Amino acid sequence: MDAVVMTKPRASGMTQVAPLLRVTDLTKSYGHVVGCRNVSFELRPGEVVGIVGESGSGKTTLLNAISGKLPPTAGKVEFDTSRFGLTDIYGLNEPDRRRMQREEWGFVHQNPRDGLRMRVSGGANVAEPLMNIGDRHYGRMRAATIAWLDRVELDTRRIDDKPRNFSGGMQQRIQVARNLIHGPRLVFMDEPTGGLDVSVQARLLDLLRELVRDLNLAVIIVTHDMAVARLMADRLLVMKSGFVVETGLTDQVLDDPQHPYTQLLVSSVLQI
Amino acid sequence: MTARPNEPERYYNYAYLDEQTKRMIRRAILKALAIPGYQAPFGSREMPVPYGWGTGGIQLTAAIIGPDDVYKCIDQGADDTTNAVSIRRFFAQVADVATTEDTGEATIIQTRHRIPEKGLTEGQVLIFQVPQPEPLRGLEARETETRAMHAYEEYGLQYVSLYESVSTHGYIASTVGYPTMIEERYLMSPSPIPKFDNPKMGDNPAILLFGAGREKRIYAVPPYTNVRSLDFEDHPFETQTWEEDCALCGATESYLDEVVLDDSGDRMFVCSDSNFCADRRAAGHAGPMAGHQLAALDKEPA
Repeated sequence: MDAVVMTKPRASGMTQVAPLLRVTDLTKSYGHVVGCRNVSFELRPGEVVGIVGESGSGKTTLLNAISGKLPPTAGKVEFDTSRFGLTDIYGLNEPDRRRMQREEWGFVHQNPRDGLRMRVSGGANVAEPLMNIGDRHYGRMRAATIAWLDRVELDTRRIDDKPRNFSGGMQQRIQVARNLIHGPRLVFMDEPTGGLDVSVQARLLDLLRELVRDLNLAVIIVTHDMAVARLMADRLLVMKSGFVVETGLTDQVLDDPQHPYTQLLVSSVLQI
Repeated sequence: MTARPNEPERYYNYAYLDEQTKRMIRRAILKALAIPGYQAPFGSREMPVPYGWGTGGIQLTAAIIGPDDVYKCIDQGADDTTNAVSIRRFFAQVADVATTEDTGEATIIQTRHRIPEKGLTEGQVLIFQVPQPEPLRGLEARETETRAMHAYEEYGLQYVSLYESVSTHGYIASTVGYPTMIEERYLMSPSPIPKFDNPKMGDNPAILLFGAGREKRIYAVPPYTNVRSLDFEDHPFETQTWEEDCALCGATESYLDEVVLDDSGDRMFVCSDSNFCADRRAAGHAGPMAGHQLAALDKEPA
């Protein structure tokens, strides 16, 4: 794909926005085992990119490498930081990179236990990113927390309950609120609806889609669920054995798959 | 002082630890003093008491004590508790130093859980026994992560504990080990002293040394250092207050312990700093229960 397709109407004169994220020839190998190889793509503000593929195809390796958790073997990950402009995140020193991750990114884990502090209340979990970026006013953070719990459709009276007292779907909502409260520009999601039953999954997807559109968030979402990809993503990267085998608009890829693997993937979706 | 027959031996491996160990600990102390609030690692040794009984404090004392020092040891503010008596006797024996209960007279004061009420002066060293030197440990279990947080001054997480406290109790309810910022750079656990004592650490003329034996860390607050207790803009830091005065000496501004007297609900509040209380009584101050039998326990039991 040579030109990045804009999927949302833009104000006139803004037909070509600078990329928010640019990944160039990203390769990560574990010894002789390839995690992902020569992955390149760009992400514009407000765009949702889905990474799909089977287990072991390198989706999570790619996500971790892009999100600064796993230094790549080769290639670059550039992000349009508010302090330094478009910069290679692995070229930044560690405190600057951590600060950028804290202030401008969010990361929704598949398992809420990985993304939440299970020993502090749901409310404190949601408020923590505010404290991390320097808010020191309790009343203000409390109000923001309540507003966000309401926004992710949780009972605000349960704000001081521990995460373990919430159901899996509710924990995931707390995690979503926690990752959006500080106004990030880019959110990574690793199978955000994995492990939830279908009705809860549908409601969470609905909520995520609404939030992403309202906040004009850029999202990179990893999933093996084609339905999630269809609902959430503007564009898809299809991965197999560490390579991106096909990219394109979501509907295009899912309705008219070109690569044999993509055809297999799409035809494997169970019908009811 | 006349020379003793064993004079040369007295100073061989003086004060329990061998010379190399004391040298290593002194280097850690110098590093800790140079970077106020920074937890300097050191090779903590086995001590003749179990972890949790003050091994960090004892090693600090052993590393800096000299024959001319006057040593005081308190536990929960009192000179006459078992632990304090044992440690004081230990140094009287292995370091051949004079011991005292008088805060003003002491040059080295080893303490657990309190800072003496009487203001410290230049030249004094206050040594704290620390069970857990890492203030962030309760929230972040990974040492690699807490070290990075200290290195990059990422202290938002500590406020999560304050937030939890306010949301549960309506105010910042934690009373011991209340987190402090040293010179607006390093977050430091003040060891389990009551937050009543936190303001005493700031601009203190004495050297404050903290030793954690099990966790193998030494940190320090040099004299006249800025120490700020963390708080929220709308929930400022406050110390504990009592409605009662000390029952024995009538002190109104000291940290009070509640003592249950019988099983019919009688109780008294007394200064936790036994030396401070005794001094006041000797100076003629009297509280509502002056002359109570507890007041007779001023001196170290023989």
